[in-house]
Amino acid sequence: MQIDVQTVNIEQKNQTFTHLKKRFGDKKIPSRYQEASYDLQAEENLHYRPTWAPEQELYDPNLSKIRMNDWYDLKDPRQFYYSTYTLNRAKQQETMESNFKTVESLNLIEGMPDPVLAVAQDLLIPLRHANYAANMNNTLVCGYGYGTVFTQPCVYHAMDNLGIAQYLSRLGLMIGDVESLEAAKQDWMDSDAWQPLRRSLEDLMCVRDPVEVFIKQNFVLDGLLYPLVYQRIVDQNLVEQGGSGISILTQFMTNWYLESKRWVDSVIKTMASESAENKAVLEEWIDSAANHFTSVLLPVAGLAVAGNQADELVSEAHDELLQRAKKAGLFK
Amino acid sequence: MSKVFIILQANEETRSIVEAIEQDNPDAEVVHEPAMVKVQAEGHLVVRRETIEEEIGREFDMQELNINLITLSGNVDEDEDALTLTWNS
Repeated sequence: MQIDVQTVNIEQKNQTFTHLKKRFGDKKIPSRYQEASYDLQAEENLHYRPTWAPEQELYDPNLSKIRMNDWYDLKDPRQFYYSTYTLNRAKQQETMESNFKTVESLNLIEGMPDPVLAVAQDLLIPLRHANYAANMNNTLVCGYGYGTVFTQPCVYHAMDNLGIAQYLSRLGLMIGDVESLEAAKQDWMDSDAWQPLRRSLEDLMCVRDPVEVFIKQNFVLDGLLYPLVYQRIVDQNLVEQGGSGISILTQFMTNWYLESKRWVDSVIKTMASESAENKAVLEEWIDSAANHFTSVLLPVAGLAVAGNQADELVSEAHDELLQRAKKAGLFK
Repeated sequence: MSKVFIILQANEETRSIVEAIEQDNPDAEVVHEPAMVKVQAEGHLVVRRETIEEEIGREFDMQELNINLITLSGNVDEDEDALTLTWNS
């Protein structure tokens, strides 16, 4: 007897879920990112209005001045959903662990000149409190924003900020044990250089418009702070003065900023191209916040460099931010 | 002229690669076989890094293609930015 083994290809009747079929058609199988992100926002049958704010729905797109016909237009170009996000960050965490090991085994911190260590202590360690504020602000955007493709990356962003705060804490522990963290907390609470930034972040925590918080925190403040502190002061000034060890330990922050600004810019671009009203609102927020945060960051930069150089660095960061805004279609 | 083709395993990673190839080669024909995907075209087929990167949303090293590559046919011209398959004639 002879047996013929044949393969039979059985075409599946449904390539995907109905809601994705409606969005993307039936021709292509949607990606995991699409399956894990689109149309997941609870939209109806919300039953009760929140007792703490009865004028709004539990999930309410009208909490923001920004209006979108479809909030799912605000997709994340990195296509982060749980799996891709955690895999990506796990890889970066491994790199950072080996960076910490390298710095420890070569005694790079002990061999560093005192002025460099002083800048790291005065400028970098207090920033972990700013990261905590960024964490809370992004959590608010995730909680009160609308549309999963927009809110999902915000909670990842919040977690990233906690991660950065932890890297800064570890750096502090290496420089001066727990006393380093205590001194940084005192600086954050009392030192004149930090009060304008602390005040502004606390004010931002009181803003209830989720998109406004997103713009001011993730675009304006981070867009000034990271180029200023990590790209310029740490990676250039400190490295020139023999502080390469610090720069190795802030590598994640530098890379993370470059990665996440692609997402932030694309969200702004999509919002701005939706309508002239959106564009005007975004321009107003960015214009006022950019000027405000630039002046707030001036004393912070002054902790690391002399007055006129601080001026120069801060205004460079400001120009860079406005360039990004122009690229996203604003101020034209 | 005969056809050049590239055959990849059908999985989550190659789905966006196949989409990128389709974008760059409007004339290419995509054949779904059990567990594999064949992309074929008359005489010329190009796989571009940039298009793949746009589709998957991260950086892509052309060498990663080999992880899911089953076979290909045609003269291969490969560099960091693209892989091109051609038949001379």
